[in-house]
Amino acid sequence: MATILAVDDSASMRQMVSFTLKGAGYTVVEAVDGVDALNKAKSQAFDCVVTDVNMPNKDGISLIKDLRALPNYKFTPMLMLTTESGMDKKQQGKDAGATGWIVKPFNPDQLLKTIKKVLG
Amino acid sequence: MSIDMAQFHQVFFEESFEGLDAMESGLLNLDMGDVNVDEINTIFRAAHSIKGGSGTFGFTSVSDFTHVMETLLDEMRDGRRRVTQPAVNVLLGSVDCLREMLQAIQAGGEIDDGSVSAHKQSLDSELNNHSAANTDQIVPSEKALESAEREPEITGWSIAFSPHLHMLKTGNEPVRMFRELSSLGDLTVTADLQGVPDLYELDPEECHLSWKLDLVGNVSVAEIDEIFDWVEDDCDLAKQARLVFPPDFGEQNYDAGVSDQLVAGAIDAGPGPGPAEPELAVKLKESKNDDSKAAKGSSSIRVDTSKIDTLINMVGELVITQSMLSLVGEHFELSKLDQLKNGLSQLERHTRELQESVMNIRMLPISFVFSRFPRLAHDISSKLGKKIELKLVGEHTEVDKTVVELLSDPLVHLVRNSLDHGIEMPDVRLAAGKPETGTVTLEAYHRGGNIVIEVCDDGKGLDKEKLRAKAIEKGLIEPDVILTDKQTYELIFMPGFSTAEKLTDISGRGVGMDVVRRNIQALGGNIEIISTLGKGSTISIHLPLTLAILDGQSIAVGDETYIVPLGSIIESLNIKEDRLNRVVGKGETFLLRDQYLPIIRMHEIFNVASAKHTKLTEGLLVVVEGQGVRCGLFVDDLLGQQQVVIKSLEANYRRVEGVSGATILGDGSVALILDIPGLVRLANQ
Repeated sequence: MATILAVDDSASMRQMVSFTLKGAGYTVVEAVDGVDALNKAKSQAFDCVVTDVNMPNKDGISLIKDLRALPNYKFTPMLMLTTESGMDKKQQGKDAGATGWIVKPFNPDQLLKTIKKVLG
Repeated sequence: MSIDMAQFHQVFFEESFEGLDAMESGLLNLDMGDVNVDEINTIFRAAHSIKGGSGTFGFTSVSDFTHVMETLLDEMRDGRRRVTQPAVNVLLGSVDCLREMLQAIQAGGEIDDGSVSAHKQSLDSELNNHSAANTDQIVPSEKALESAEREPEITGWSIAFSPHLHMLKTGNEPVRMFRELSSLGDLTVTADLQGVPDLYELDPEECHLSWKLDLVGNVSVAEIDEIFDWVEDDCDLAKQARLVFPPDFGEQNYDAGVSDQLVAGAIDAGPGPGPAEPELAVKLKESKNDDSKAAKGSSSIRVDTSKIDTLINMVGELVITQSMLSLVGEHFELSKLDQLKNGLSQLERHTRELQESVMNIRMLPISFVFSRFPRLAHDISSKLGKKIELKLVGEHTEVDKTVVELLSDPLVHLVRNSLDHGIEMPDVRLAAGKPETGTVTLEAYHRGGNIVIEVCDDGKGLDKEKLRAKAIEKGLIEPDVILTDKQTYELIFMPGFSTAEKLTDISGRGVGMDVVRRNIQALGGNIEIISTLGKGSTISIHLPLTLAILDGQSIAVGDETYIVPLGSIIESLNIKEDRLNRVVGKGETFLLRDQYLPIIRMHEIFNVASAKHTKLTEGLLVVVEGQGVRCGLFVDDLLGQQQVVIKSLEANYRRVEGVSGATILGDGSVALILDIPGLVRLANQ
């Protein structure tokens, strides 16, 4: 089963995302911000990255940009968690190389549906 | 898939409260003139997280409220709105309101709708007041979507899909879109290979193919748009509806124009707002018997994982040592004695380290107390019209959780005093040749086994003459008594003494400095004042780091062992006859350098019949100090220094004068821990 990197600075969101994905049988590694995520992504291969946008140290958009620059992550699906008010962020995310987005608030089913969309 | 969302609530609340604290301190730190983008970002991020979390976990009232705050902050962040003091005040008020809302939800109570709508109103009026750049949201043409969806005649779609060269590099794979389309209906995929260049020119990472997709089925344009939602800018997409009209759909109602319009509408509709369905989150009802409620009330503590790791390590070591010892003990022979001794000393070392790590878990940075003061300073200075800068130093200094909790009230009182009585009004300060803005510094640092906390201001200082006059007026001292500076300042701590000329609603709330001192002493600490008239005052509090363990010196009196807190011992010496003075009716004193110390004979105070020495010159004198009073304890012998675990006498027996607690020694016997100030009082009776 696929391994997913879940990045969020909010512990509750991280737990929720991770719990949901694990429940569906995915292997999940959590990261607390972009810097943490980048380090983890360099030492382990992931099939998909789900990241929050607003985070300290390194935000989700810079993370996606940095990951895309790595040879191993050229084609990896990367989803950003965004809010309905973050329309301009979506564009920035896309420009950075994001595959798509999940709009907050979402429930576990929506999350799984979206993940399934990119991982099959 | 149903997941009980309530299990995440506790963490959500904890981090939301942390976020609110971060917002509060961020807002207080905002400098109106020169706004720091990082600062606003931090505040915005906290609001954003709370909004996202509360929306996800179904607390819509909170997410609605935060949304308005976020809009305001977003405009500030983008520079579309100036950061003004009124706006910051409104935001601060909103932080309070949000905190109350979350507390209410956490406790399972009712949210005060009146307060919420009042705060929302002031946020709204702040938003409208300085109407920022027009925030016209791009509203997707819902009507076009609806009109397309309402047509039941659509039997399928012809889709021309030409990805741009870079599309694969966004992680979007055409195959997955085809897979999704095929789940909606019957799909035929035809690839167009025309765009593929010669092999030598081919960049395999680029997408050169385009496709023609025929989808048969009753599919709405929204469903198709959802699939291509992420790539709308990365491809050329044309959708054409295949229409079959029902028999009763009269010929006269249909002409080519309508069809074109409909197709055009379907194509132009573009991506909808996404299938966000925010109302789904709303439907997630909180289950009544959620865990968060059971957890409520019990106090929890957030511990750095590295501390836990150390602990687990130590336990591991202990288990290894234990199994080694039991191996030695199983078939013990005298030849294994060295092994046994080694094992025991290892056990001792590990136990000590384990104890230290366990104590460490209870240690919290003092910032838990300090963090509330910026708000206090902000509120008080704006209320009194003073200009005050609050400096926090050493916030990361760690103290036991109990100490942190009990310290908070006395500290609030002291800081409030400094702000209210200490710092002068701006015009007074200027007239005195001082900067207009007064500084109050709150500092914490470790010294020995103690933590020292200082509240220091550069205000007007204490007026010794006034203090004295007031004490005489109140009948607290006799007019002819001569007091040292230190004793004069100590007057402040006397019950019923207030230096304020008039009571304000900020200080003088019934709690006096006497209460503050009592609280600090109850924690095993002491409090001191240093002041210079016109220059300011410093109040320092010395406290033990933890209330559970104490560095002690064991002393022997006959068969009894007592523990003297190491911090209160100054020196120990032999007694020489020529330094002794006996004053009739006042007891004995010892001349130490140029100071006469009253001697307390321990065996007399505690009635120890087995005392070895009753002649002063034969025993030892332990010079101790407590609350500024020095005296000498006459004992038989010094035993050793050790850390002792404090057991409360009050909880297990009753309060005993001169004794602050008890501990259990290695041989199982009980030793009393001496309370030096109490002992002095006892000796004076």
